[in-house]
Amino acid sequence: MLIPCPVCGLRDVGEFTYWGDAGVKRPSHREKEAGPWVPYVYERKNLRGKHEEIWQHEHGCRQFLIATRNTETHEVLDAKLAGPFGGDE
Amino acid sequence: MAGFRTDTFGTRIDRDKPLRFTFDGKPVEAFSGDTIASALLASGRSIVARSFKYHRPRGVFAVGSEEPNALVTAGTGGETEPNVQATTRLVSDGLVVSGQNAYPSVDRDLGAINQILAPFFGAGFYYKTFMGPMKRSWMWYEPSIRAAAGMGRASLSPDPARYERANAFADLLVVGGGPAGLAAALTAGRVGARVLIADEGHVLGGAIDLDDARINGTAALDWAKEAADELDAMPNVRVLRQTAVWGYYDANVLAAFEDCSAGGLTRARHWRLQARQVVLATGSYERPIVFAGNDRPGVMLVSAALAYARRFGVMVGRQAVLFCNNDQAWLNAAALVEEGLQIAAIVDPREDLPAELTQPLEQAGARLLTGHVVLAAQGKKQVEKAVIMAADGSGETVTIECDALLVSGGTNPVINLASQAGGAPTWNADVAAFVPGTQREAWVPAGAMIGAARLGEVLKQGAVAGQASCEFLGLRCPLPSFKVDSRGGNLRASVEDGGLKPLFEVKAPAGRRFGKFDKAFVDLQHDVTAEDIRLAAREGFESPEHVKRYTTLGMANDQGKTSNVTGLAILAEAREVPMSEAGTTRFRPPFVPVPLGTLAGRARGAQMRPVRRSPLHATHAAAGAPMAASGLWMEPRAYPRPGEAAEKAALREAAHVREAVGIADISPTGKIDVAGPDAAAFLDRVYTNLFSNLTTGQTRYGVMLREDGLIFADGTALRLSKDHFLLITQAAKAERVVTHLEYLLAIAWPDLRVTVTSVTEQYAGIAVSGPKSRTLVSRIVDGRDMDNRAFPYRDVHRAAVSGLPVVVARLSSSGEDGYEIYIGADHGVFLWKRLLETGKDLGVLPYGIEATDILRIEKGYPGAAEFDGRQSLEDFGMEKILSKKKNCVGRPLALREALTSQDRLQLVGLQALEGAAVQAGAHLVKGESAEKPGESEGHITSATYSPAMKSHIALAFLRGGRERHEEVLYAADPLRGTHNRVRVVDPQFYDPDGSRSNG
Amino acid sequence: MAEYSALRVLTQGITGNRGWRPAWRKAEPKPRYDAIIVGGGGHGLATAFYLAKNHKLTNIAVVERGWIGQGNVGRNQTIVRSNYLLPENHRFYEWSLKLWEGLSQELNYNVMFSQRGVLNLAHSPEQLDRFAERGNALRLAGIDAELVSREGVSRLCPGLDISPGARFPVIGGLLQKRGGTARHDAVAWGYARAADRLGVDIIENTPVTGFIKEAGKVVGVETPHGQIKAAKVGVSVAGMTSDVMRLAGVDNLPIESHLLQAFVTEPVKPLIHTVVAYGCGNMYVTQSDKGGLVFGGGLDLYNSYAQRGNLPAVHEMTEQLLALFPNVSRLKLLRSWGGIMDMSMDGSPIIDKGPLPGLYLDCGWCYGGFKATPAAGWCFAHTIANDEPHPLNAAYRLDRFKDGRTIDEAGVGPTPRLH
Repeated sequence: MLIPCPVCGLRDVGEFTYWGDAGVKRPSHREKEAGPWVPYVYERKNLRGKHEEIWQHEHGCRQFLIATRNTETHEVLDAKLAGPFGGDE
Repeated sequence: MAGFRTDTFGTRIDRDKPLRFTFDGKPVEAFSGDTIASALLASGRSIVARSFKYHRPRGVFAVGSEEPNALVTAGTGGETEPNVQATTRLVSDGLVVSGQNAYPSVDRDLGAINQILAPFFGAGFYYKTFMGPMKRSWMWYEPSIRAAAGMGRASLSPDPARYERANAFADLLVVGGGPAGLAAALTAGRVGARVLIADEGHVLGGAIDLDDARINGTAALDWAKEAADELDAMPNVRVLRQTAVWGYYDANVLAAFEDCSAGGLTRARHWRLQARQVVLATGSYERPIVFAGNDRPGVMLVSAALAYARRFGVMVGRQAVLFCNNDQAWLNAAALVEEGLQIAAIVDPREDLPAELTQPLEQAGARLLTGHVVLAAQGKKQVEKAVIMAADGSGETVTIECDALLVSGGTNPVINLASQAGGAPTWNADVAAFVPGTQREAWVPAGAMIGAARLGEVLKQGAVAGQASCEFLGLRCPLPSFKVDSRGGNLRASVEDGGLKPLFEVKAPAGRRFGKFDKAFVDLQHDVTAEDIRLAAREGFESPEHVKRYTTLGMANDQGKTSNVTGLAILAEAREVPMSEAGTTRFRPPFVPVPLGTLAGRARGAQMRPVRRSPLHATHAAAGAPMAASGLWMEPRAYPRPGEAAEKAALREAAHVREAVGIADISPTGKIDVAGPDAAAFLDRVYTNLFSNLTTGQTRYGVMLREDGLIFADGTALRLSKDHFLLITQAAKAERVVTHLEYLLAIAWPDLRVTVTSVTEQYAGIAVSGPKSRTLVSRIVDGRDMDNRAFPYRDVHRAAVSGLPVVVARLSSSGEDGYEIYIGADHGVFLWKRLLETGKDLGVLPYGIEATDILRIEKGYPGAAEFDGRQSLEDFGMEKILSKKKNCVGRPLALREALTSQDRLQLVGLQALEGAAVQAGAHLVKGESAEKPGESEGHITSATYSPAMKSHIALAFLRGGRERHEEVLYAADPLRGTHNRVRVVDPQFYDPDGSRSNG
Repeated sequence: MAEYSALRVLTQGITGNRGWRPAWRKAEPKPRYDAIIVGGGGHGLATAFYLAKNHKLTNIAVVERGWIGQGNVGRNQTIVRSNYLLPENHRFYEWSLKLWEGLSQELNYNVMFSQRGVLNLAHSPEQLDRFAERGNALRLAGIDAELVSREGVSRLCPGLDISPGARFPVIGGLLQKRGGTARHDAVAWGYARAADRLGVDIIENTPVTGFIKEAGKVVGVETPHGQIKAAKVGVSVAGMTSDVMRLAGVDNLPIESHLLQAFVTEPVKPLIHTVVAYGCGNMYVTQSDKGGLVFGGGLDLYNSYAQRGNLPAVHEMTEQLLALFPNVSRLKLLRSWGGIMDMSMDGSPIIDKGPLPGLYLDCGWCYGGFKATPAAGWCFAHTIANDEPHPLNAAYRLDRFKDGRTIDEAGVGPTPRLH
């Protein structure tokens, strides 16, 4: 499997670390009740097929990416930078 | 004695370079270029191996990696390699080859007695018996079954050979160096594409030498040689010979291994091949027809016999019978006749074959038994006669003597790689074979693997595949033309044109008895018979997966290359469904057996993982410190005096720190630089306690929680300036803390202006501890007042040592007055030596990680052993560190009742009574006797003898432990045979009010 | 149907093996059952067997999308052990181990449970102490465990590198002698045959395409062959749990699907006599009765439903194998496969009633599913039959995550790929 890092180009999956489903939104930092945190921490849709997910190019530029990948075929359809350098390109 | 060497030159051997190797201790003459199989055949040997289950004698069956029978053991000692395919391994002078799975030898194997029991050894018989008389009876049967199984024997000595892993990248990867692959590579290479072409053989051309053809006026074999030379000369093309591509992974990443045993330091090399486009030109394997006794040595594929004759000058027998169902086999038969093989009869179930096929055989004096089939092979240790009957089962049988029975049931395209990177194979009834299904990756198939039979067609498909790949890559590419004159130019190859009549098995017609025949084998290596497959179907094992698993069909070393399709055809017939409905099993890597050494490459032995060393490592080594591994780090255990044990030295060092002063290397500690205008706000969010109110020049201990509210890591943050912190964290957790922080900044709070940088390796760190540490540190630090008021406990300052910038923090993990000094990694040795020299009169001594551990246990500070990922703040009595003024990572879930309840395992100290040592890993119980210990109420995480407390002490987790101080319990250690009385105490054994470090 | 026995193998052998009948019937679905188990894997078939055997519920169907035993029961490393640290886990797995010890007789099918021992290697004194903590926990709970010295490791495993020159030298290990391996496919076939003999209908090639609900209660399943009604529906479809539960309207579960590759070498004569686990990684190796070394244990580390992995995990696992056994580098890799694991948020499984009325769920087995098969079937059957958990699976609740009563054997928190 190869992942197109927006900074480094097409690289082997072995250089990246998987961080999980990007569709799970972290509650606001101000949220102090446990309720909204439970689904964020413990519940997953675990989709078959197209899946938006977070990867870090840990053994490369260390940037975080939001990749769209098919969990059934492993085809990586897209990878965008996350974080302060992400956003509109 | 069947085979022999002819006088004609084989194309692969060099008769000027004779070699000699041994087989089972007996010398065998060979030539350079011979495979083990060709040399054994030439020597007249017919039995080369014994089968898996029945230990039946087996001979060479094929010529390449599809060989099911001829497995041998090569080499001796640590270089012993079992299960070598004799058909693919070249001989070398002095090579020691032995037969395997046989006692005393493959010629006379006592295991052959199993054949007598064969009626009871049907498919899956072992699931139905060996169950009694008692529950554990299988343990009684199993050893003898295990001893009988297996094939070769592996060495117990380490393999001394060297292996490598390498990468190659290309626009186009061509898998297979036969005519289709060559045409594709030439087409793309000539227009400048970066091409890789890999072939498992040592000579490119595939089976082109078996075809009597001229390409553009050149003899086919010469054409292949010229094509290979042209490719070798192209700077944009790399030819990987003896390189078997075995895996097709995601995104056009393929795996291959190169056999480098011909020379050089490396025995074999793993290749990770990454290509934008792939042409799969993997060819086909001839397949057999199953009949009774078809496993007798001397039964062989037709194309293999021709290959041995042409390539090695080896005739596989003196008198052959040939059994086939297709035109190609007749062409090969004619070629064999030309090579000098005497063919007694040719048997084909088809009638009315074209004269151009039959004439050459008829002229050579072969009996033409069209409309006939071979019902059985007979013979003792090798085939002696073929029993032939009419294809419709009528009439009497004919018996013809022979010492070679050559078989061809058509061809199976090699679709393994295509199937790994695509959908299920589909059955093409017109060529009676499975062809590739849908594609998942960017590959184009060409040649025999999609059923092409005529050489002209194969070359054209290769060229078109090369051209299509170039166009995909954006290269304009002319299509080369190949003019082919071939004996097989008008070859019929389909069911429709009559070139092939599908036939997978010959059975005696129902109701007719021709006498007693042998078993009919489908999987030769695993001894799976046609009857086994029918038995499986009768017992309800109908899917190909079930049949494979129940009968072990196709699960041997050859992975069913010559048996799977035949087995499926027999299954389909038994189930009375067409092949298209019977399905097939899935192909997975590897396509050919892969030496494990290539997969690990150089990551072996001491080099299995990198070693992380402190900048002071050499200094510790020079001081004679024994090293201990801690994760990837190597750290000094202690600095023993001559004759002193490390454990003793550690106790002495710990005591010395409490009395005078010691220095310790803390360079492996995680150091993380956190900077930016929002750095303080960021730390407020990731630590449970507040950091924004820390002033520059101060440090604070903090704890990070995971999102689920349990403890993630602890550490100390040093505020170096308003916008700049240095985080000190446990070495083992350092990388995870960095990525945790990076993750939060990238995903949760991209608006925070903070950078996180690991600087662990940029700094050397030295801890100076003990009552005299202040004196020592003040001597070397330039221009900084070290007085308690000017530099109180937990302060941090930038300073200099001999003009070199340092960060000095007044921190202590020993409980004594102490300092941590961080200096550029390159100056670590200088600082270490400087401290030792300057403090000589103070009695300064280095101390290692064991003394460090003793000191922190005496203080009750939790370390790596205490933080095992299941604790909450409450478990350490640290709930106060969870600030109420702000939210932080994990806080909302940390407040759940299950995490705060007081009946959880809580940190306590233990004092051993009766002076006996306790060990980490013991459990806390109420029972007085080791025989009746009672239930576990907790466990010990760290234990030591305490020089300061003059007793054995420990840190432990005890259910509801904080309310249980002074209770007496037992440290139960049934594994190590101890059961000792301990008193529960406060974990801060030494100087609980902290006056020694704070004052 | 006749018993399997040595005598019958003999008499059948003499008469040409003509008398063997299908090991289980190819059942046609009835319109209504007392309970349906979705998933004809090891767990589903075991559940059906124990429903019939322990709870006398024989009007049971197992509905399987393909052929039975084609999921994880047929793609695992065949290891059976109960040497878990946490009481919730070792009590459950010990019951499973006890059932394994009598399983061939119970099923009248030789599952070849071989108690050849499971050895976890330690590479530092600290690690050996952690193993002691685990082993002592086991011993205090009445489960066998012992520490083995470095020399003891060498005696158990000739060829294993115990030299100080290894990157992570071996200093000892934790041995569970009663652990071992079983013939994985035989477990599915044995439970299928035994359940069938008690009247359970095993319905293959019948995918569940939906759940029938009445007033919010699940009352059956939809299939391409029509509806099948049942008072209770149990779901036991490791690797597809999220897919199947989505059909019931359950969109979120504490599960991620991850890919685990395993590898087999060519067969060789007996070489490795116990199950050995590398202590500086995540690799188990065992030698099958056929002679192949079966090894693996590390995930590919990303969500996947593909049943096929990639090269980094191939390299990683082989490096760990050769770190222990430098003598096997000339052996050849023969087969590999990928299985899809339900990786749960705490690394421990779920056997529970719900999350909808009429529905019961068995999932989240991570790497533990195969060895759990007998106890999972036992406890899931109990839960379905009695509408309350067996004491052994009382902690394996679905709502434990919300409460924070997680069972985190590895201590790595809610990151499924790290368990």
